Amino acid sequence: MNPYIPNTDNDVRTMLETIGVKSIDALFVDIKPEHAPKSFDLPSGKSEFEVMERLRLMASRNAGTLVPFIGGGYYDHYVPAACGALISRGEFYTAYTPYQPECAQGTLQALFEYQSGICALTGMDVSNASLYDGGTALYEAMMMGIRITGRKKVVMDGGVSPIYRKLIRSYTHNLHFEFVETPVVHGQSDRKAMTAFLDKDTAVVMLQNPNFFGTIDDFSDIVAKAHELGIIVAASVYPVSLGLLKTPAEMGIDIVTGEGQSLGLPLNFGGPYLGFMATRRKFIRQMPGRIVGETVDAQGRRCFVNTLQAREQHIRREKATSNICTNVALCAMQASVFMSLMGRRGFRELAQLNLDKAEFARQELAKIPGVEVKRSSPTFNEFTVRLPKNAADVVEAMIPRGFAAGFPLGRYYPGMENYLLVAVTEKRTKDEIVAFAKALAEVLR
Amino acid sequence: MKLIFEKSVSGRQGFKLPESDVAVQTKIADKYLRQADATLPEVSELDVVRHFTQLSQMNFSVDANLYPLGSCTMKYNPKYTEKVAAMPGFCDLHPLLPQLKGGERYVQGALEVLYDSERWLSEITGMKAFTMQPLAGAHGELTGIMLMAAYHKAKGNKKKYIIIPDSAHGTNPASAAVAGYQIISVASDKKGGMDIEKLKAVLTDEVAGLMMTCPDTHGVFNSQVSEIAKLIHSVDGIMYYDGANLNATMGRCRPGDIGFDVVHVNLHKTFGTPHGGGGPGSGPVGVGEKLERFLPISRIVKRNDGMLVLDYNYPDSIGYIASFYGNFGIILRAYAYMILLGSDGLKATSDHAVLNANYVAARLKKYYQLAFDRICMHECLFSALKQTERGVHAIDIAKYLIDQRIHPPTVYFPLTVKEAIMIEPTETESKETMDVFIEAMVEADALSRSNPELFHDLPKTMPISRPDETRAAREMNVNFFALKA
Repeated sequence: MNPYIPNTDNDVRTMLETIGVKSIDALFVDIKPEHAPKSFDLPSGKSEFEVMERLRLMASRNAGTLVPFIGGGYYDHYVPAACGALISRGEFYTAYTPYQPECAQGTLQALFEYQSGICALTGMDVSNASLYDGGTALYEAMMMGIRITGRKKVVMDGGVSPIYRKLIRSYTHNLHFEFVETPVVHGQSDRKAMTAFLDKDTAVVMLQNPNFFGTIDDFSDIVAKAHELGIIVAASVYPVSLGLLKTPAEMGIDIVTGEGQSLGLPLNFGGPYLGFMATRRKFIRQMPGRIVGETVDAQGRRCFVNTLQAREQHIRREKATSNICTNVALCAMQASVFMSLMGRRGFRELAQLNLDKAEFARQELAKIPGVEVKRSSPTFNEFTVRLPKNAADVVEAMIPRGFAAGFPLGRYYPGMENYLLVAVTEKRTKDEIVAFAKALAEVLR
Repeated sequence: MKLIFEKSVSGRQGFKLPESDVAVQTKIADKYLRQADATLPEVSELDVVRHFTQLSQMNFSVDANLYPLGSCTMKYNPKYTEKVAAMPGFCDLHPLLPQLKGGERYVQGALEVLYDSERWLSEITGMKAFTMQPLAGAHGELTGIMLMAAYHKAKGNKKKYIIIPDSAHGTNPASAAVAGYQIISVASDKKGGMDIEKLKAVLTDEVAGLMMTCPDTHGVFNSQVSEIAKLIHSVDGIMYYDGANLNATMGRCRPGDIGFDVVHVNLHKTFGTPHGGGGPGSGPVGVGEKLERFLPISRIVKRNDGMLVLDYNYPDSIGYIASFYGNFGIILRAYAYMILLGSDGLKATSDHAVLNANYVAARLKKYYQLAFDRICMHECLFSALKQTERGVHAIDIAKYLIDQRIHPPTVYFPLTVKEAIMIEPTETESKETMDVFIEAMVEADALSRSNPELFHDLPKTMPISRPDETRAAREMNVNFFALKA
């Protein structure tokens, strides 16, 4: 029995008669006997109750109780109840891409407001209506820089997330681009190495703020040098940090992307997330993905539509700016609800809380003998510490004590086996931070 | 309706943050700080709730309306899958946990969802192995083409072209182009299938593969598919199966059995996960033996002790194609859906999807011209050419349906059929609901004879009438603040 199929035997008979065939099998005439499945060996169905019980059991086998000090670009922020409640409205989540604007103004206006919110955070002129996630968004920014300049050299800063870098390398494996990467440094971007790479063949410089190690930077000087050579500058940014930090627009950056998970989305074991992208108005036609624009209806009333669709695959096919079709509209709407709830002041306070809690944690960890906390450059809510032991082993020992203690950098950086990346969000209480430091001291003893 | 930014009143705030319990007031140097606060709206929580609730009421949705949008499979999304996705233990799980030493012990439930989903999809499609990583259908296509490229590279094949039928979704040529291939488009024959003679004419040793939607966007299952596969394989090409229309054939035919080497599946179509107003989707990719060693990393493997772990040790892999393990929250919903329906439920899904589409086709073909007059699969394709002669275009009929509280079918796609109207009722719609739709379509045809002028002002019952799309593209007002400036 399939509870989602309303056809009764009587309906089936009537419908087959109307069609003029004897059986449902007869509708599959084009599938010849030689096309029949060699196997379709699947379990039989279950009731909703049984499925829920089974999945509850599976969920209970995951770490529900570890106190997270792990980030790496994905953070344990509080998700306000209104976020989930509003996007759980069937009118939002069971609709599709607004191809018919008259019966999709809800989605379209919500996405226009999302785009405006992203522009407010980043200071940029225009935003699209979302991409898959932070990694794919940075890849799209790189492709956009290559299209704008017609050049093929990419300069990647050593502070860009190693996950993003691996992903970009796979995507471009068959394309003939030249890649150079500046050295990995704990602190700010290596200006000398960066400048040496920039030339008239360079299409795009790829940056990240705060960088993977948590360090804050002001890229204005790099942007100025790049622009002298006609190079596009793309940067991935952490949206919560923009409650306080200098905006990409203030630094002169051309294309801004980021992971929007921290804008009210749960961690979801890796997705769905939200890739955002914003740029200058003059580059809008090179931007990938859906864009919602304002217009008027036949009566002159303000309304919203998907616009500049001549960039997209359903019109332009192989000449499109990207192959993206379905993006993550619902996640963008969720982010929009989040930004609206926080508001102008709340967003700044959220950023300040993250900053203060992380600073407190940094001070607490610095008291532990043998733990070295780098202080040379400012950080936001994540920072690197050097441990007297292998960080992966330390993290393993911290798990039974109830902590996901951070991300061991040796996982991606050979030679950095003793370094640990620690994230602290507004959710971590003083007690948790003190207990964390105490547990770490014990493990290191 | 006002924008949320226009409802802003200085001093309001919609969320209470915790007081800081740490005696630290950190000050970052000015040069790193923004000059002014981000101009987010200042509104109360009720303002936000009412605003978005009112916005939602301006939408059509599967929950409230028939939504027979061809090629999109707008079936009912069962409510329990939302509860599953929100279970603590799933939704709050950090993706880096299994990459910690010993961390896999703490994500066994989540890895099992992924591992089992791979097995289910492999059995449904007849493929050897799956990756759940691709984040949407088009992302799956790109992954599939990258696998194809890796195969040819490993064999030293010099390949330049990918063949794509003209009826394909735009994502097919776009994905192939993004991966670095050139496109050869092949026209369809008079019955809607791919024209084999035309295929033979363009087939050379430089062809990397063929992308085929099966059944295709004409709603036709190409019974010559095995012959096409033989032709492509004769030049060591790869057969790519676009699973956009898998909802038609579960339990009836598996791409792996009929010559396809790589497939992608849209979980948000066939497996009942919500479309979210345009995503998030999920586009897992399956492969046969030939391509397995190239699958993206990480892969999930079961150790001898039964523990599921992430395995990165595949030297021939194309590498990372997503940051993590896919759109887990979506995969979880699809998994819950598959295990509830089981073998019989999935087969019944396809049977009734095809039955419903043929019922609509049979009843409407007296009034509208069928693009291909034959038994169809899960969607039926009409042309509004007859109505267009009376001055009523496919778009006008679409707008008429909106006033009847029905979401229009897909119009003007596929590009191979003029004035296309593509209807996909799905298995979850009842005969009565389809009858209401059919009567509305019949009435639209009658009105196209009696009063064609009437259509041009439709819809009349919505918050807005037809928007000026040209003006939107010319003015490019995509940001509230740029408008004000």
